[in-house]
Amino acid sequence: MRVSDQQVTPPAVVPGASAVSGTTGASGNTLASADTTAVRLTGVSKVYGSGQAQLLALDQVSLTVADGEFVCIIGASGCGKSTLLNLVAGLDKPTSGEVDTGGRRVGLMFQEPALFPWLTAARNVELALCARGVPRAERRTLTAELLETVRLSGFGDKRPHELSGGMRQRVAMARALAQNADVLLMDEPFGALDAMTRDLLHDELERICTERTLTVLFVTHNVREAARLGDRVIVLSSRPGRVIAEYDVPRRAPRRIDSPEVAQMAAILTDRLREEMGRHGS
Amino acid sequence: MAVDQALHGLDNLELRPGIKTGSGFARRARKLWTAAWPKLLAIALVLLVWEIVHLTGWKKLVLAGPGTVLSDLWQMAQHGQLWAAIGVTMKRALTGYMLALIIGSVVGVLVARIPPLRAAIGSIITGLQTMPSIAWYPFAIILFSEGTAAILFVMVMGAAPSIANGLIAGVDYTPPLLLRAGRTMGLRGIALYRYLILPASLPAFVAGLKQGWAFAWRSLMAGELLVIILGQPSIGVLLSNYQDQSDMVGAISIMIVILVIGIVVDAIFSKTDRMVRRRRGLLTDAQPA
Repeated sequence: MRVSDQQVTPPAVVPGASAVSGTTGASGNTLASADTTAVRLTGVSKVYGSGQAQLLALDQVSLTVADGEFVCIIGASGCGKSTLLNLVAGLDKPTSGEVDTGGRRVGLMFQEPALFPWLTAARNVELALCARGVPRAERRTLTAELLETVRLSGFGDKRPHELSGGMRQRVAMARALAQNADVLLMDEPFGALDAMTRDLLHDELERICTERTLTVLFVTHNVREAARLGDRVIVLSSRPGRVIAEYDVPRRAPRRIDSPEVAQMAAILTDRLREEMGRHGS
Repeated sequence: MAVDQALHGLDNLELRPGIKTGSGFARRARKLWTAAWPKLLAIALVLLVWEIVHLTGWKKLVLAGPGTVLSDLWQMAQHGQLWAAIGVTMKRALTGYMLALIIGSVVGVLVARIPPLRAAIGSIITGLQTMPSIAWYPFAIILFSEGTAAILFVMVMGAAPSIANGLIAGVDYTPPLLLRAGRTMGLRGIALYRYLILPASLPAFVAGLKQGWAFAWRSLMAGELLVIILGQPSIGVLLSNYQDQSDMVGAISIMIVILVIGIVVDAIFSKTDRMVRRRRGLLTDAQPA
C-alpha cells in the first residue's frame, strides 16, 4: 500500500494547506513503517570544505520515500539537490545524520545522459548488466528487452552521438534500469531537453515506473514538472538546503502538463519558491 | 498508442537523414581524389622549386637536380641492397617502438594510478620528453657498447615518455560525469579501468602513440648514423656511406626514402586517430582530412 495515498489532499489545493515547515514535519508527514520505506534520511547534514571556506550544503534534512512512491524535490540554486542524490546513491558520505535505503539497489540518472561515447546504445546498456554480474548469455536478451522498454528497439547499434538528446536520455534510462535499481534517483534528467520531448518523456517515465513499480526521487527546478510527476513534492531552501515545505499531489490519472490541477499545484510551488528566493534578496 | 507513435515520429524527425551521393565506388573514388590532389600538387611544387634552383646553377657541382636523383632512386629500388637496408631499419623500428609502447604504457598506468609516484616522476617524464634523444647516445654506447641494444635503448628513452604522457593525460581527462556514472553502475578497481578509464583515454593515448613514433623514428635515424654495426646495412649505414663518398645523389635518395616511410607511418596513425574520434562523434564527415 502506498503511504501517500493516505495523505491525499483534496483536489482544490489550498496554498499551504499541507505544507509543513521545519524538519520534524518532513518525516512526520509520512507514516512509513520500516519495511515500506525505500529511502530514509534522518537529520542529514553535509559540510564541504573546512575552516573559513566551510560550506553547509545540507542542514538537518529528514525525509522518507515510500516504496513505489514518486517524490519530486524542488529548490532554487544552491539547495544541495545534487548533494542529496549523491548521498542517497552512496557516492558520498553525510557529515552527520543517517541515510538508509534498506539495502535497495539505487540507480542514478543525470541531466546529461553520461553515456560512454565509444560504445553503441546497446553496449552501454549491456555494460551495466555486466557490472551487475549478469551472465553473458542473458545479457543480450535483457538488453533487447530494456531497449524495447524505452522504445528504442531499432537503435541498439547506434552510437550516442548519432542519437538525439531525448533518445540518449532514454538509453540512459535503460542503463539505469539495467542496474536493476529499486530506487531511481534522477537529477534533472529532462532539464536539457526541449519541451515537446520532455512532455513525451514524462508520459514514458510514468509508464515505466508503473510497469516496474519503481521508487523515484526526482530532482528538478521546473515546478510544472514536479507537479506533473510527483506523488509528493518536497521544497528545499537554499544555502543551506533544508526541507521547508512538503505537498501531497492529488493523484488523478492521467495527469497532463497542461491540466488545471498541475497548473494550480505549480502556482503554489512557485509562490513558495519565490518566498524562499526573496529571503536571499535583501 | 498515441504517445508511442508521437515518440517514434519525433525520433525519426530528429535523426539526421543519411544523404548519400552517388554509388559506393564513385563516392570512394571522389573521396580519394579529394584527399590526394592537394598532396600531389604539393609534391609537384617541391619538385618544381628544386628544379628551378638546379637550373639557376647554385652549388651546381654538388646539388643534383630532381631528375638525376629520382632516376638514381629508381635504380636503387631495382637492387636488393636498399630493400635489405629498409628491412633492417624497420625491424629495429618495430622492436624499439614495441618496447617503448610496453614500457610507456606500464609507466603511464602506474603514474596515473599512484599519486606519490606521480609526484615523484610525473614531471621527470615531461622533462625526458624535451631532452634531445641524441644526447642519450654517449650514455647508451658506454652502457651497451656499439650494438643494436644501444639504439633500442635510446629509442625507448625517446618514445616511452610521450606514450606514457599520452596515457596519463587520457586518464586525467576522463570526464568526471562518466566516472560518476561508472561508479553508480558498480564499476570498481580493475573493471573501472578496463571498461571506462582506458577506453575514455584512447584518443589521448593514440595522440601519444603518434608523437612517440616520431621520437622513436628520429632516435633510430640518429642511432643508425652514430652507431655503425658491421654486417647490418641499415638505412642509416647507407646514408653514412654516401656522406663518406660525398655522393649527394645517393644521400638525397635515402633522405627521400626516410621521408616516405615517415609519411606512410604517420598516415597510419592519423587514420587510426580519425577512426577513434569519428566513432565517438568528435569528428564529422564534413571535416577535411
